[in-house]
Amino acid sequence: MAPMAVRSRTSRGPGRVRNYGPAYAGPAGIWLTVFFVAPLLVIVAYSFMAKGLYGGVEPRFSLEAYRSLANSVFLRVSMNTLGISLVTTVLAILIALPCGYYMARSNRKTLLLMLVIIPFWTNFLIRIYAWIAILGNNGFLNALLLRAGIVAAPVQFLYNQVAVTIVLVYTYLPYAILPLYSTIEKFDFSLLEAARDLGCTRRGAIFRVLLPNIRAGIITAVLFVFIPTFGAYAVPLLVGGKESYMLGNFVAEELTRTRNWPLASAISMVITLVTTLGLWLMFRLQGKAPQAKDPARSGGERRAP
Amino acid sequence: MLHFSPPFAIIPPVPSRPATIGGKRNELKGSDVSIEGVSKSFGTFTALRDVSMVIRKGEFYSLLGPSGCGKTTLLRIIAGFDDPDGGEVSLDGTSVLNLPPNERHVNTVFQNYALFPHLTVFENVAFPLRLKKTPNATVRSRVGDYLELVQLSSHAEKMPAQLSGGQKQRVAVARALINEPSVLLLDEPLSALDAKLRQHMLIELDAIHDKIGITFIYVTHDQQEALSVSDRIAVMNAGQVLQIGTPHEIYESPATGFVAAFIGETNMFEGTVESVEGTMVAVDVTGLGRILVTEDEPPAPGSKASVVVRPEKIRIDTERPAPAKRTDINFLEGSVDEPIYSGSSTKYYVRHQSGTMLKVIKQHANWSDEGPEIEWKDKVYLSWSADDAYLLGAS
Repeated sequence: MAPMAVRSRTSRGPGRVRNYGPAYAGPAGIWLTVFFVAPLLVIVAYSFMAKGLYGGVEPRFSLEAYRSLANSVFLRVSMNTLGISLVTTVLAILIALPCGYYMARSNRKTLLLMLVIIPFWTNFLIRIYAWIAILGNNGFLNALLLRAGIVAAPVQFLYNQVAVTIVLVYTYLPYAILPLYSTIEKFDFSLLEAARDLGCTRRGAIFRVLLPNIRAGIITAVLFVFIPTFGAYAVPLLVGGKESYMLGNFVAEELTRTRNWPLASAISMVITLVTTLGLWLMFRLQGKAPQAKDPARSGGERRAP
Repeated sequence: MLHFSPPFAIIPPVPSRPATIGGKRNELKGSDVSIEGVSKSFGTFTALRDVSMVIRKGEFYSLLGPSGCGKTTLLRIIAGFDDPDGGEVSLDGTSVLNLPPNERHVNTVFQNYALFPHLTVFENVAFPLRLKKTPNATVRSRVGDYLELVQLSSHAEKMPAQLSGGQKQRVAVARALINEPSVLLLDEPLSALDAKLRQHMLIELDAIHDKIGITFIYVTHDQQEALSVSDRIAVMNAGQVLQIGTPHEIYESPATGFVAAFIGETNMFEGTVESVEGTMVAVDVTGLGRILVTEDEPPAPGSKASVVVRPEKIRIDTERPAPAKRTDINFLEGSVDEPIYSGSSTKYYVRHQSGTMLKVIKQHANWSDEGPEIEWKDKVYLSWSADDAYLLGAS
């Protein structure tokens, strides 16, 4: 939008400035077209085709894939996925909020920020295996409980929805903490004192003043956690059981074992659709935030001194 | 109470409407605030040491001092944002130290205004009422009254970011007053405004104070602000109260060299008391010679003392003034080192033969004032009355 404005303003003048904006966006545009838009279109196309005999697709139009979605197994897995994603998102935000608040008020911000980022230095799969080592029957937690005499036999922590949720929350927590931290960091904490001064309790000040003002950060955090969780594959595969089967696993199974590519594509389409819906919903919420209504603040979150 | 009646052509009067706000002029409301032996340290830094003062009901009381002197810390302790390490703070004789900020009958106008950016002007002012679940109709009329008090009725639906600095300041005042506190704390409320607007807002604040009649405690580092509106001023430095008094007392008889230097400009010469005759003290000042000063409680001859005289009390002439019959006038000769023109007056840095530099402020001439313009390098004669100078003990 900005380059357009520049062009329309300058084109009237005598010393017309050529606008190279689109050219600058070129490399990224080509990259995204080749590796994102094109594959997506292939998936859309596959979902409307017939199943090939030995995998692959037969190039003719068919609604068979979408028709076969209308069964109780798919519905149950969908609900399961939605449930796990929502719970994970809520938990991650609830943990990330006080965390981000503390980080923003600390005078060792860089150190704390490093601590949040350090887990990314280790491979994602290795971190999941680390959780297996902690939660497994011969794992660290059970060993601790047994030695303390709290339980007589190892507790089955792994291979259920709880384990999947725990590991998902763990995995995506930094994605919730970082946007929350960055908005809370810009928050003017004297507003909390003003709220207290005007009669708010400590809790009241958080709910009436802090949360409304960091809304943009909360929305970003929700999206950053919900979207990847809804398409999760590795976590439910490694620490989940039958009950925690998610759509991502469904896709993988149709793709590799059942070899029903149109069905796998159709399920992918459902995942894309739901996450897009979530995105749209959140953007609408953000649009309702008072900041966005205000022209003086549309430039960003900066506050006049 | 010190009144400051604004010339109406320049400053719009505060509307004299709502009967719900304030009451009769000069009717004293609010609370007495008593501070006894309050101390506060942050780590190794001592912000306040054994500070005591009594602020009377309805007073416009200023805490004046340079940044870091502890004035804001004291304000925050009264508001309840910080706890003192020792001492007592009470309102009308009842300690408030155990009350959280939201339960003290005290409201604050913050330095950066601290308006809630997510709420409109109306909702910002209504905030305290909403907390108390006040019925909507009451909220509308009360907020309307207070917005009118600060002349912002037409801006009720704007967001804070759309307001100018002066308007934000008024919203902050209205929001702090709507709870009808018995004490209003103002933390350098004008420091973010430009000079002209600051003067205007100061007069408005004073008018609001007259109207509401509650106790105002006003923190500032600007001596001009403090002098022009305060009933009394407490001058602070390095966590201690140096002097408490009316603006006149603080300016005309400062208790210490710091107060003298901080409140307005000053000339200070160190010397030794030579002789005392009644209240007339002769001080031998190094370089300047014998200087006369009137002092009610004269020090003993031989003791060290500083002579202090304000630059505007010194007369500057290009010719030696006619020898007066008065014996209390001090005369010095010197040359103008630097004239600094500042519109309504000029400040001259005058170098005495001995090298001592004196500051002199001369109001600009009107028709009755004759004589040539004084310029750079001119030889000048300085004179002042012993009554206009005062003595400070050796520091």
